[in-house]
Amino acid sequence: MPEIRTETMTVNMGPQHPSTHGVLRLVLELDGETILSASPTIGYLHTGIEKTCEQKKWQQVIPLVERMDYLSAQSNSMAFCMSVERLLGVDAVMPERVKNIRILLAELQRINSHLVWLGTHGMELGAVSVMLYCFREREILLNINELIAGFRLFPSYMRVGGLREDLPRGFHDAVQAFLDRMPGKLDEYEDLLTKNAIYLKRTQGVGVVSKDTAVAMSLLGPIARAAGVDYDVRKVFPYLGYETYDFDVPTQTAGDVYARYQVRVAEMRESLKICRQALGRITPRGEYAIADPKITPPPKDRVYTEMEALIQHFLIYSQGFTVPAGEAYVPVEGPRGEQGFYVVSDGTNRPWRIKSRAPSLLACQALETLIVGGLIADVIAVIGSIDVVMGDVDR
Amino acid sequence: MDADRLIASLQQAVPAATVEGAPSVDLQTTIYVSRDELVSVARVLRDGPDLRFSFLAELTAADYWPREPRFEVVYVLVSLEHKLRLRMKVRLPGHDPHLATVSGIWPAANWLEREVWDLFGIAFDGHPDPRRLLMPEDWEGSPLRKDSPVQIRRPPHVTSDLQVTAEEFKQNVQRDRLARE
Amino acid sequence: MGLESEYEIPVLTTTVEKMVQWARRSSIWPVTFGLACCAIEMMAMSCSRYDIARFGAEVFRGSPRQSDLMIVAGRLSRKMAPALRRIYDQMPEPKWVISMGACASIGGVFDNYAIVQGVDQVVPVDVYVPGCPPRPESLIYGIVQLQRKIAEQRLA
Repeated sequence: MPEIRTETMTVNMGPQHPSTHGVLRLVLELDGETILSASPTIGYLHTGIEKTCEQKKWQQVIPLVERMDYLSAQSNSMAFCMSVERLLGVDAVMPERVKNIRILLAELQRINSHLVWLGTHGMELGAVSVMLYCFREREILLNINELIAGFRLFPSYMRVGGLREDLPRGFHDAVQAFLDRMPGKLDEYEDLLTKNAIYLKRTQGVGVVSKDTAVAMSLLGPIARAAGVDYDVRKVFPYLGYETYDFDVPTQTAGDVYARYQVRVAEMRESLKICRQALGRITPRGEYAIADPKITPPPKDRVYTEMEALIQHFLIYSQGFTVPAGEAYVPVEGPRGEQGFYVVSDGTNRPWRIKSRAPSLLACQALETLIVGGLIADVIAVIGSIDVVMGDVDR
Repeated sequence: MDADRLIASLQQAVPAATVEGAPSVDLQTTIYVSRDELVSVARVLRDGPDLRFSFLAELTAADYWPREPRFEVVYVLVSLEHKLRLRMKVRLPGHDPHLATVSGIWPAANWLEREVWDLFGIAFDGHPDPRRLLMPEDWEGSPLRKDSPVQIRRPPHVTSDLQVTAEEFKQNVQRDRLARE
Repeated sequence: MGLESEYEIPVLTTTVEKMVQWARRSSIWPVTFGLACCAIEMMAMSCSRYDIARFGAEVFRGSPRQSDLMIVAGRLSRKMAPALRRIYDQMPEPKWVISMGACASIGGVFDNYAIVQGVDQVVPVDVYVPGCPPRPESLIYGIVQLQRKIAEQRLA
C-alpha cells in the first residue's frame, strides 16, 4: 500500500472573523483538526489612547478611558477616578453616598459585561437563543444608564471627585424592577445551558488552566477563580467600603471552560446581592460629589444666577484642576479581573502618563498555551470563555 | 511588612544591588532598583519565603524627557500569600536604553516587555521574542516617547507590494504543476 | 453594473429595474465587520428589541463573498486598514458600505498616529451614521437611507 503523504496545514483565523470577539488574528498550524501551534497577533485595534490622554485635561480623559474596555466602561472610569483621587488626596473625604452609588453602578456594569459574554459565548457554540435573551436583559441595564446620564454605553457619569450630577427621579424604581426581574432570568439561562448535554460535551475538559499557570501568566479574575485561586480585589484589597458588604466570591477547581461559565454566572448572582444592599443604602437625593470648589463644578442653576459660581464653572471647564506630582495605582476588580490605572502626574492640569492594566492582554497571551492540542471547535469555546475584549488588549 | 524592612531584607539578600525607597501615596510600597542586579532582586522577590511576590500585575514604562535618566521601567508586583503590593522601578538613560528581561521569572512579562519595546524602544536583553506587539511590523519609531508626534497626517498603507516577480511566479506555478504528477 | 449601455434611453428596463431595485434593497445581508464598541450596538440592533431582520438584513454573513453590505463599526487602525480593503475587494457587486460611528466616519475622538481619520480613505462609503456609538435606531435609519439610495439607483 503506498505511503500516505501527510503534512500540516497553516490556517489564518481573523482579523475579521465572526467568532474572535473583535480583531484578533490567529495563525494556526493544523494536523487534521488538531492544533499543533498557534500564534496570536494583536494590535489591529491599537488606538493610541494613552498618548491622546496626555494631551487632554484630567476630566477630559474619562470618556477616552471608558472606550478602552468598552464592555466594562464604568469600571474603567471608576478605576481612573480612584487613582486620580488618591493622588489628589480626596478619597478620604468622599461621601458615603457616592461610594455606595459607585459600587452599585460598578456591579451593574459587571452584570452587563457578563451578559454580553454569556450571549456571545452561547451564540458561538450554537445556542443562539441565549444571545437574544441576554441582550433583552441588557437593554434594561442600558435604559438605566440612559436614565442617569443620557447615553447607553458610555455614560461618563463617574467623575474625579464623585459623580457628574445627582441621581434622577425614578432611579430607585428602575433598578429595583431590574433586581426583581433578574434572578428569574438567570434561572432561565441556566436552564438552557448548565445541564445541556451538548454544552457539557463541548466545554468540559476544554482549555484547562491550572492554578500555577494562572498565577504565572498573571491571569487573575474569573479565569483564575475557576482554577482555584481565591483572589478578588474586593476581598483582598477592599476599596470604596466593600468590606461592609456581605457577598461571597465563587470559585471552582476544574479550570476548564465549564468552570469559567459557572464562576461567571455565580458572580452575576453575587452582584445582584451587592446591588440590593447598595440600593438600600442610597437615599434618593443627597450629596453626589466632594465639596471642593476647584474640582467639582457648581450646579447649573447657581451658575446662571451667581457670579462666583460662574467664575468657578469657567475655571473648571477651561483650565481644569491641577493634580500634585506623583504616581498612583489603585486596583479595582473589573469584570475581567484586576484593573487599574497607573497614573503619573507632573503637577500640571494634564496627565503625564496613563497606563491601564489590561487583563485581556494577559489572557490573550495565555491563549497560545490553552488551545494547543485541542480541536478547532475548541478554539471558539476557549476564546469565548477567556472573555477578551480587544479594545482592552490593544488600547 | 513595611518599606524599610523590605528594603533591608532585599539589600541583605542581594548586596550588590542598590535598593532605595521612595515615597508613595497608594497601596504599593515603592522602591528603586539599580539596573544591573534587577534579575537577582526579582528572583529574591519571587522566591523569598516572607516575600513571595508571585504575581506580576503590571510592567510598563514612563518617559520623563527632558530629565535624565529619561526612562523609568515600572513593575507592580503582588504577593497573594502575604497580601502585599510592591512597585519596583528601574531608571534608564535616554541613550540606548536596555534592561535584562524578567520573562524567565514571571512568564507573563513576555508580551508586556514586547509592548514596552514597541512603544518606547527600550530593549530587553535575552527576550525570547523581541518583535513589535501593537504597531504594524514595518512601523518606524516609538510612538509613546515624548518627542514622537501625536498626529501623523499620512494616508494609510492599504496595499502591499508584490512579494515575487512575474518570472518567479511563473516558475512557481511550473514547479507546483510538476510536483503534483 | 448595467443592463444596457449608458447612451441608450432606458425605457425598456423600467419595470425590471424597479423589481431589481426592490429585490436588492429588501435583502441586504451585512458581513460581520465589527471592530470596537460600535460592534456592540450593532449586535444590539440585530437582537430582539431593534430587530434588523424586519428590514431585510436577515443574517450577518461571516464570509464577505456572500454578503452585500459592509457596516464598518468601530475605529479603524492603520494596522487593520489593509485587511479592510481586502475584505471590501472580496465582496461581489453590488456592494455598499455604511460607515458607522464617529471613528469610522472621521476618526472620532482619536486624532492620533494610530487611527485612520475616516474609513473613506480606504473604501468608498455610501452612508455615514454619526454617533459614539450611534443608537441602534440611528443605524436602522442609516440602513433605511441606504435602501432609499438603492431605490433611486439606475441599472443602466
